[in-house]
Formats: sequence, structure tokens, C-alpha cells
Amino acid sequence: MEAFEYLAPSSLAEAFTALGNGKRSMMLAGGTDVIVQLRENRRHCDQLIDLKHIPELMSVDIRSDGGLDIGAAVPLADLYNNREIARRWPGLVDSASIIGGTAIQSRASFGGNLCNASPAADSSPSLMVHDARLVVASASGTREVPVEAFFAGPGRSVLQPGEILLRISIPPQPARSAVFYHRFIPRNEMDIAVASAGVRLALDESGERIASARVALGAVGPTPMMVAAAAEAVTGQAPTSETFAKAGEAAAAAAQPITDMRGSMAQRKHLASVLTVRAFERALQRIREAR
Amino acid sequence: MTTTDRSTNYRIIGTRPVRPDGVEKVTGKAQYGADIRLPGLLHGRVLRSPHAHARIVAIDTSEAEKMPGVLAVVTHRDFPAARDVVQEIGESSVNALELSDNVLASRKALYRGHAVAAVAATSVHLAEEALTKIRVEYQVLPPVLDVRDAMREDAPLLSETRFTKELGGARSEKPSNIASHLRFQGGNPDAALEEADVVIEREYRTKMVHQGYIEPHNSTATWNADGTITIWTSTQGAFSVRAQVAEILRHPISSIRVIPMEIGGGFGGKLPIYLDPVAALLSKKSGRPVKVLMNRTDVFEGSGPTSGTWVKVKLGLKDGKISGVKAELAYEAGAYPGSPVGAGSMTMLAPYVIDNFQIDGYDVVLNKPKVAAYRAPGSPAAAFAFEQALDEAARAIGADPLQFRLDNSAREGSRMVTGAPLAKVGHEECVQAILDSPHYKSPIEGPYRGRGVASGYWFNGGMQSSVVAAVNPDGTVNLIEGSTDIGGTRASLAMQLAETLGIRYEDIHATVVDTDSVGHNDVTGGSRTTFASGMAVYQAGMDIRQQMCERAAREWNVPVDKVEYEDGRITWTDGEGTFKETSFAEQARTAAQKGGPIVGKASLSARGVGGAYSTHVVDVEVDPDTGKVTILRYTAAQDVGTAIHPSYVEGQIQGAVAQGVGWALNEEYYFDDEGRMLNSSFLDYRMPTSLDLPMIDTILVEVPNPGHPYGVRGVGEVPIVPPLAAVANAIADATGRRFTELPISPRRVVEELHGLA
Amino acid sequence: MARRTHVTTSINGLPTEFLCEPRQSVLEVLRDELGLTGAKEGCNNGNCGACAVILNGRVVNSCCVLGVELEGAELTTIEGIADGEKLHPLQQAFLEEAALQCGICTPGFIVSAKALLDSDPHPDEHKVRFWLAGNLCRCTGYDKIVRAVLKAADAAETPVP
Repeated sequence: MEAFEYLAPSSLAEAFTALGNGKRSMMLAGGTDVIVQLRENRRHCDQLIDLKHIPELMSVDIRSDGGLDIGAAVPLADLYNNREIARRWPGLVDSASIIGGTAIQSRASFGGNLCNASPAADSSPSLMVHDARLVVASASGTREVPVEAFFAGPGRSVLQPGEILLRISIPPQPARSAVFYHRFIPRNEMDIAVASAGVRLALDESGERIASARVALGAVGPTPMMVAAAAEAVTGQAPTSETFAKAGEAAAAAAQPITDMRGSMAQRKHLASVLTVRAFERALQRIREAR
Repeated sequence: MTTTDRSTNYRIIGTRPVRPDGVEKVTGKAQYGADIRLPGLLHGRVLRSPHAHARIVAIDTSEAEKMPGVLAVVTHRDFPAARDVVQEIGESSVNALELSDNVLASRKALYRGHAVAAVAATSVHLAEEALTKIRVEYQVLPPVLDVRDAMREDAPLLSETRFTKELGGARSEKPSNIASHLRFQGGNPDAALEEADVVIEREYRTKMVHQGYIEPHNSTATWNADGTITIWTSTQGAFSVRAQVAEILRHPISSIRVIPMEIGGGFGGKLPIYLDPVAALLSKKSGRPVKVLMNRTDVFEGSGPTSGTWVKVKLGLKDGKISGVKAELAYEAGAYPGSPVGAGSMTMLAPYVIDNFQIDGYDVVLNKPKVAAYRAPGSPAAAFAFEQALDEAARAIGADPLQFRLDNSAREGSRMVTGAPLAKVGHEECVQAILDSPHYKSPIEGPYRGRGVASGYWFNGGMQSSVVAAVNPDGTVNLIEGSTDIGGTRASLAMQLAETLGIRYEDIHATVVDTDSVGHNDVTGGSRTTFASGMAVYQAGMDIRQQMCERAAREWNVPVDKVEYEDGRITWTDGEGTFKETSFAEQARTAAQKGGPIVGKASLSARGVGGAYSTHVVDVEVDPDTGKVTILRYTAAQDVGTAIHPSYVEGQIQGAVAQGVGWALNEEYYFDDEGRMLNSSFLDYRMPTSLDLPMIDTILVEVPNPGHPYGVRGVGEVPIVPPLAAVANAIADATGRRFTELPISPRRVVEELHGLA
Repeated sequence: MARRTHVTTSINGLPTEFLCEPRQSVLEVLRDELGLTGAKEGCNNGNCGACAVILNGRVVNSCCVLGVELEGAELTTIEGIADGEKLHPLQQAFLEEAALQCGICTPGFIVSAKALLDSDPHPDEHKVRFWLAGNLCRCTGYDKIVRAVLKAADAAETPVP
């Protein structure tokens, strides 16, 4: 582990000043990825900027319009321990409660998980199907990026030097909708997804037809991916296992996985289908339970 | 003097007291190897080969040596020339030449992670930076990574000068990666297989796996100006460390003092040495004490896992009995010879009576870490093969798999493949215990659910132990022992001494001391400590009793052989109403006035080792869509001889089952084609978590070992033998598919069930 | 050596000051600078839980927190779990249930389990297993550990007379 300086700015302005000093910077939120990567000399920096003292990055705002803003450095445990969030956004808790173990969730954040940009990150598919927007700040202002446009490749995002991920903004969700996210891992905890799927299912007023759907997959390509074909396959259809199977087929077709130590190409394509189908079933169950 | 200890009405044995080292361990005060702090302590780190097979052309350490704060750098050149001699280190032996070469590579790096140099610096971070400044020039060679590939005549050779030790001591004509070939045979297996009603023939494979102890290897050494060396280390055997270091450094044994720190798990992996001579040399060069630690990747890549294996079994049945077996076992030894293929070959058939057999074993070197012992080394992979073949055979004739095992079971007097007859053993009792268990009697229902059983055997070890028991005036006793306590043996030894002396367990203070402070003790390995050191403790206790009886006899002026010792009371009677009595407590209190300190001693090479059998049953559920296997229920029955402290006996069984389940389902060294281990972390080397296992039920079957005063058998190793096969048999029952390769990971299962491979 | 930073914090209820390099983890600071060696290094990358400590009321892996982050924080380590000579119910239960063998993972388990019981005094077996999944034990198969935690939870249920 190379030596670096540690800065703990208490405001965004201070952080941008530090970012502009010409040194190689990295951001510290929960540190559960970054500290390990630095220790193992997989990444290098001259200064580590701790974002946890900047109020904007540590706040959670349940908006009056029905949306939710999550500061990028808010620990995952803060989300699932928040009863209202747990009740209204169970699809977020699906991912927040399985990233690492308990001790990781005390520190790790959605923002950190996104910026680490692992194709297998558990936060990504869930946020993608929520249609979440990422608010990115720099010294010159802010911009919004849809989550699905945030990833540039394994370990790479579209964040530019001088930019900080400020918050995750989740818009109001459609009526009669629910999100479900899950992954497949060989153990029951403490594992990286072999493949994962998030689904948002919205029913029409009759409850008999699917009004809209969003489907996202993780760990089956260089970045997490939206699968429009899977959503199209179910839209307007009855929410039946036959319908969901079609989405599963579309998901498997869209998946472009590799074989590595965590799983094989064939296994991952197969799992993309299985997980998508099961996610639809569980999302449907959530809608029905909410009624 | 008469003894009454063979009664089973024990006062202490069989109870569950709190262990002597417990409070320190639950409060964080216990001192493990890495916890040592010394004035002027330097931090050492080891540079390791990034290549699995490479000639070391040159090592340039000059840049590292120039760094401020770096006080010493060592390479293999700093070692004296090693001798070509073999040392026994308990459950395995080691050639000093190869050991020295493994500790720091000389001419070739034989596996990725092979140590090539080490530095000592004023901080860990500085030491790590210094490693990056050492320039090693490698000539990369093609690696050989699979045991069957390594056996081929055209395989890349790890050593041009290694020939196969053939049967009868012959030597192969050409150099080979097959270090040795051994064979056990009896009867006429070919004829038996020819005449069999049912023949099962299959090949099985297991991957290299790690013991997975949570504490990384560590060693701290100081080389004093007078030439004495002190080493604080985490080891299963301080005396074995001393002997190995003395041999490698060509240093007098008496000048080396090894202080065993608390050990954070070993399972056989902390029998060999890795860091101790390096720390000593770094200290010699720097003039300061040096602490060398492995990180987790170092542990995976640079310590001693157990063999990946290939086993072929051909099994014949005649009239419901196992009539003949032919088997071949090829075990990976890693970079130097010494796989446990011999033990695998000898244990594979041990639960059964089989008259006609031929077993061929091959010890094969390849470009992976040199294997070390891992809990019943060699036996689990052999059982994985044989107990599955047996399961198929039982199914073929429609027999209940347990009744089939019972019908073919070995018992007292049955001969092992070595020809040695078994003493009193408890395999039949274990099988019967599972047959009678609520678990086996419960139905197993539902789709993709299945049940599997398997048995296993382990020899257990005896070896040498020395203990001293010093009686204090207040009636307490200091028990001084030299066996590493890895899972509660201070408790089990103190209990045996309390039983022998007829005093309270709480009055025994048990301490594991360093190599200067007690006679020789072999390693804590071979499940031997509670057995062999327990035997020494018993003898030391009897020594104290004898001394106390002699003092009483002298004082009473009666013959000593008429003085009795029972439950801490010392009595004499003439049978006509005259009665005299003293006690352990009184003798302790008055020792100074009546002849001086009372100290019991014993040193022995333990005989009467009792082999151990175990039979397990497991229920699983398989998710056919994802291939994931869930362990629903697990029950293990084991012949434990006498359970001294039942909680720690249960704990040994439960821990071994957890390791076995991990081995069966997910654990494996995952290498790329260049021999790089890709999963050298606890994230991707998937040991079971608390969420992956149910409660593990145990049935302690007590068939006392006639070779031990309290009937003790080793209990620690055999419970890892059945789980691999039991889980595989359960998965076969659940899915109708036979999985012959480990791990039976979700990937393997889902690919098989859906034809994806 | 890189420049060291002065940190003022609270450890086991005692005001504590130390100097550390920014790259030193809390685990390194505890063990190498402060002599608190109860937290253990098992993996140094957040996957075994042997180094667990309670930071501002939440269990964290101290290998994944920097020493400099402790400024103004409250930290509890295994050394601070017992009340002087009086063991915490979890510690007592681990002893009575034989929930440790080698003991290297024990401090992490007790610290994690304390955080669990602090947040949920009456967990069921599944909750205990889920919460402790980040703590690896290789000796016990978890059976006796889980029983010890459930027993300590039961013990805590009994009102103090």
C-alpha cells in the first residue's frame, strides 16, 4: 500500500478545491472497496478524499413528490434500518441488505458501489429498474446521468476528473408497481453475484395486464445492462408464468457473459433467464401483497 | 498400591467444564503469534514468485537494501547448504533439502507463491514497498497443473533428477514427476471381479483445497549475539519447528528456543515451517527481532493445502458382499514429493472386510504449492471415491446403504490392506447408531431432495509426549505440557489429571510451555494429543500417587503395596479394624516437611493407538434451476472411545463436517492455464458461512480404546472423511445424477442438469 | 515514512490520542500503535470478520476503516465488551457452550453478536446466522456459536432482580 494523504472536507466547495490541486485523487465513502484496492496496489492515489463529512452526501430525503434522494455516501444500513424506506422501496433493500455482510453494510454505500463500477454490483440492477438518476457535481455545476448510462466498462464509470457523485435520485414509481432484485451466489451470503436480475413490474388498472416493465441484469456483461426486449416481451400481456418465461428467454438472449472463476458463460445465460422469471414472480407477489 | 481407574464411573471425565484458556480468548487477551510485541521489533515480508514454473536466473536486492528503514534482505543464498535427510514431523515427513528450497527457492520457482526473498523494515508498509524494489530475473517454463498430465511421459519435468521410486525399491529408467508408486494387494482381485454379480467402475476427481484456518502463518525471531535463537510462532508443534529450523540453519537444537503462541487453527497446515528460518535469518542480519507475517493470499498460494486427486475404483459384489476391489489413486504432492496417497490407499477400504484387493498409489509432483497435512490427510478423497462406488453397488442390488455397510463391516480382528489386524473398533456401532437415529428413521420427501450416507476411517497417531505435574502446597497442581492446544486440550488433559488424582478440575492449572521448559513433545496432529499426552498425564498422575503412597507408607510404617489411593484419599487398613488415612490435600500441604516437592513426570512414546470410525447421514435439497445444494439436515455418528470433554468432541465433529461440506460443494483452488490461483481470498475461496449450514447433530458412540487408561481415541480427524461422499450420495439421490468430481458446485450441477457444459 | 496524523478519539470509553499514517487501518492502529491486539487479522480485506469492532454503534471490519477516520469517533473493541471483571453474557455463553476452539475468530464473533443483540435482543436462529455470515469460523461448524448467541439473548431476557 503506497502512502497517500487523507482529506476530510466538510463542504462540497472544499472538496472541489482539493480535487483541483493537481494530485491524483480518489474518493472515500465506506472504504470497503477502495481501502482494499489501495492495499492490494490495484489502485493508486496521492490523496484520499473522505466524503462522509459533506452533509449533501450523507442525507436521505423522502421527497413530497413520492421520490427518494439518497446521498451517495449514506451507509446501506441507514437505508434498510429506515422503516419508511424499507416499506416503500423494498426493491432497494433487496440490494442494500446483501452487499457484503453486516459489517460491510455499516459503511458501504450505494454511491460507492456504483462508482466501483463492478459489472456484478448488487446496487446497479435494482437502481436501474427504479429508473434512478445520478446527480453528479463538479466545481462548475451538476448534471444528471441515468444509472444505466453511468457505466463505461468493468471498473469504469463516466465520472470525469473533478466530478463527485452527489446523490441517487429515485423518481416516483408507477402505480401498482413493485421492484424485486436478487442474485445467484454459491453461498448464501458474502459472495459476488454469478448473475443477477432486477425487475420492475407495473400492472394496469384492472390488475390483469402488465402496463410496463423494466428488466436489468448484472454480471452477464462488461457493465450491468437493461434488457428492453425482456420488458417488451411482457408489456400488455397477462402476468403469468408463460409471459414471464418469455422475458426470461429475452434476458438469456441479451446476456453476454464470460466464463471466469465465479461462473461459466452457459451457466450465466441460463441464470439470466431463471433469475428474471423468478424476479417477475416475486415482484408480482409484492404488488399483490401491497393491495 | 492398587488402581481402580478402569472403572467407567468417572468423576470428571465426561463433564463439560469451562476450558482453562477460555476467559483470555473471549476477552481478546490471549496472545497469538501475530500479537507479540518486542522492543525494536522489525516487520518482515516475503517476496513470492509470480510464475508457477520458472528458473531463477538472478536476484538483485541492492535497491531494496538501500531504502532507509530497510534493515535486512535475505534470499536462499543466506541459507547454509542443506542436507539430503528426511525428518519426521508427525503425520508427514520432510526432506531437509526440499524444505529449505520451499522456504526460499534456490534455482527454480516451482509454483506461484513460492518464496524467493524476504525483507525486514521498520514498518509493514515499508517492507512491502521494499519487496517491489527487488529485481528477480525469471526464465519462465511451462507449468504442469493436472495430476494426470503430470504423470505423462512428455510432461514438463519439475526436476531433471527425480526418478520414480517403483515397487520393491526399484528406480524408473527416466526422470519423472511420479515421485513414487506404491501397492497394497491381497487375495485375487481379478478373479473376484470376474466372478462378481455386480461391478461398478468409475473415476473420481477432487480439487486442491486449503485447511482454511483463520489465522495466517506468522513467526517472530530474535537471533541473539551469543548464537541462541528465540522464535515465537503459531505451530502445531514447537519441537518440530525447533528441529526443522535447526536442520535448515545447521544450528544446535539446544540453542534454539521455540515459544508456541496461541494458534489460530491448523488442521495439519501448521505442521511444516515456512517463515521461522526466514525470520531468524532476517534477525541475524539486522540485529533486531523480526516479525514475519503472511497475508491471506500468501497463505493460499504459499502454504500447504491438500492434494487434488484422481481415483479410479473397480468394485465387485458377490452375494451382497464386497468380493473384490481394484483401485488406482494419483495424488498431487505439489512442488515436492509427499502427498498423502499412502494414507488414502490404506484407509480407503478400512471400514469393510474385503479379501481380494489391489490398490496402486502414485505420488505426483506438479507446479502447485507443496501439500501439507489436512485433517485425516488422504482419506477424504479416497472415501469420496469408494463410498460413492459402494453406494451405487448397494443401489444395484436394492440394499439399504447402511445395512449394506453393516453387512460388510470390519470389526476387531479384521485385517487392513497392510495386513495389520484391527484392535477393538466401532464401525458397526457407528452404522447401527445412524440406522437407529431419528434422522435416518425420518422420511425424506419432496422433489429434488435426497439422503446420503458414508463411512470413514482414520488411524490416529501416538508419538512422543512429555509432561510434568507439580503439586502445590494449597492442593493445586501445575500441569506443564508441550502439546499445542488447538481446540481445548488444556481442558481435556487437565480433566484426565484431575480424574487420576481424584481432585477438582479447577485445581489443575494447565500450561503449554516452550521447548526449553519441558521434554520433547511431538506435534498436535494425528488426533493424538488427548490420547498420547493424556496417557502421559495419567502416568504423571500415577507418579504423584505413588510418591504420596510411599510417603504415607513410610510415615505409617506399613508396606506401600497395601496403601490405597482413591478419589484423593490415601488409606491403609490391616483388615482387622486398624485404619489410617491421609489425603492428596494433606500430602500437598505437608510436602516440604515430608521429603520435599512432589512432582509427577512422564515421558513416553505412546502405544495402543485406537483407530477411529465415523458414519454420517445428510439430507440435501437441490434447486434444479440454479444447481444450488442446500444442506437440510446432518447427523454424524463417531466412535470416540471415551469422550473426555463431550462438548469439544462434538465441536471437532461439527467443525470437520463443515469443512467437509465446503470441500464437497464449493471449495477449490481455481487456477488459470499459467498456474495462477485466481481465487486466493476468503471472498472467492468459498468456505461455508454460518448461513450455509444447519445445526450439526452428533452421536458420540463410546467404544473405549483398550490401549488407553481412559479409553481415549483420537477424535479430530476422522469426521472429515465421510462428508464428501455422503453429500455426493445425497445429491445423487436427489437428482438421479452421479457427480464424480468435486466441488459439486452450482455451476457443475446446473450444467449437468440442463446439459449446458 | 509518510507524515503521521494526530487523531483524538474514544476507545472503550476512554479518551485516546494516537499518531498514524493515513494508510494505516484501524486494525493496524489498534494492534501496532495502541497494543490492543484482541481484533485479529484474518484476511485484511473485509471477508472474515475477525477484526470486527463497533464504530459509532455499528459493527465494522476494522481492516476496512482508516485510523484517521476515527477522529471524534467512539470505538468499542473486544477489550471493552466485559464490564471489568464481569464478563458480558455473550462471553459467558461462549465459554459455557464451548463455542470456541482455536479462538482466533472469537473476538470478532463476540463483537458482531453484541452489535446484533444491541439492535435486536431476541433474534431467531436464522437472524443470528444471517447477521454472523460475515464472520468466518473454521473450527466449530458454527453450531455452538449460534447456540451461544441464542443463549446469551435468552439470558438477557431475564430481568435483573
